[in-house]
Amino acid sequence: MTEHTAKAFDGDLQDLARMVAEMGGLAEKQVADSVDALAKRDGALAQRITQSDSTIDGLQREIEEKAVLTIARRQPMAVDLRDIVGALRIANDLERIGDLAKNIAKRVIALNGEFPPPKLIRGVEHMTDLVLGQLKAVLDAYARRDLAKAMAVWRGDEEIDAVCTSVFRELLTYMLEDPRNITFCIHLMFCAKNVERMGDHATNIAETVHYVIDGRPIAESRPKGDTTTLATLKAAGDR
Amino acid sequence: MSVATFTVPTVTNAPVNMDGVEDKVSIRNLDFFYGDNRALKNINVSLYQGKVTAFIGPSGCGKSTLLRVLNRMYDLYPNQRATGEVRLDNDNILSPSQDLNLLRAKVGMVFQKPTPFPMTIFENIAFGIRLYEKMPKSELEGRVQHALQRAALWDEVKDKLGANGLSLSGGQQQRLCIARTVAVRPEVILLDEPCSALDPISTAKIEELIDELKDDYTLVIVTHNMQQAARVSDFTAFMYIGELVEFGDTTKIFTTPDDRRTQDYITGRFG
Repeated sequence: MTEHTAKAFDGDLQDLARMVAEMGGLAEKQVADSVDALAKRDGALAQRITQSDSTIDGLQREIEEKAVLTIARRQPMAVDLRDIVGALRIANDLERIGDLAKNIAKRVIALNGEFPPPKLIRGVEHMTDLVLGQLKAVLDAYARRDLAKAMAVWRGDEEIDAVCTSVFRELLTYMLEDPRNITFCIHLMFCAKNVERMGDHATNIAETVHYVIDGRPIAESRPKGDTTTLATLKAAGDR
Repeated sequence: MSVATFTVPTVTNAPVNMDGVEDKVSIRNLDFFYGDNRALKNINVSLYQGKVTAFIGPSGCGKSTLLRVLNRMYDLYPNQRATGEVRLDNDNILSPSQDLNLLRAKVGMVFQKPTPFPMTIFENIAFGIRLYEKMPKSELEGRVQHALQRAALWDEVKDKLGANGLSLSGGQQQRLCIARTVAVRPEVILLDEPCSALDPISTAKIEELIDELKDDYTLVIVTHNMQQAARVSDFTAFMYIGELVEFGDTTKIFTTPDDRRTQDYITGRFG
């Protein structure tokens, strides 16, 4: 696209894009670190994650300020206006992803001393790998204005939801087997749910990218695989 | 990078079919010449009844030229001619048999620089009415008052109708010109950058006025202020070097225009 006659306007838009990319990178790191801390039971790492969340929040505030100032100054139209609104929406989703990672880290601290079996953690780790893939792809799609890539992310949430459902079933089985498992299973359930929510935020970002490029919201309905609200298991003795 | 927004510019100069609106002015295959210079190239557009249509585009694109065709203003000058068809309701106003005085009563015009007559405020309005109609003094006074009320100027000048029109402020003078236009009961009002010479408050008052006027008239506005076009108009036409590049619903033109040139212009990427 050609440059604006007022070069400072291009500068403003580039600053916004850079800040969103920086925020995305930080959010990705927080997500990866939080599940790492869970797998390694690393309390010190978990503490660092909870403290680093304020950096992400700070970036969101900066992005909002810059966006509002650019709208007031430049009176943007069409694609420029969508760019700025897009940056605001994506910053919101990234901030939530950061919060969800911080919540996982807090549960690692709460679990201190408890040892969930590695295979349960592996389910959450698998989900996290998928989510990190989605997040990286959608932030890339935003940076390159790649509509096809964004739509692939939008459709790809089903797999994450399916893994979450199976993790839930496994955790239910564990809790039914032995009441002493209930505490860490509940914590892990929340962690799994948090990662599943991160995947949803990634699809929100994909919807925003579609809007920025196309100017219209997505017309189809998103494929969903999350049946955790329906997950039940019979206890021993139930008919 | 795949940007899926733009169609390849086809011949965009075909009249667009809109639902729920009636043509007030139909412009078909309009060419305009200043001597040998073809300033308007095959313009096809409809101006809809009771709606505001804005014309935007860079300097020299032909917007004011097009406006001046609509009331045959160019007739005053030699070496300027128009070909094609411009229908106001069912009459082709480019036809040599068109009564120009009647046309200019039906199609009023407001210019960029306020141009009140060097007469009293009352006379500014009454002058035009008297040219076309005979009526008793009381009725005339009523018509003048109504015109000034329509132009949102009555409250400010009702106690000084005998004052000279030129003693008013710029914004008031422009509203006086609008009142003068409205007084002769036109059907179409042409506004050529009506707020360019005015301060923000006067501009806001005139934009408010345009919103009220479209209940009774068809308005055409030429403006350099994109945000103003987005605020006041229902339909927008983007012109470039004598051609009509894109025409459509104002919301669409300013959020998701079809043509790349339109988007470049409204986002300040031109030149």
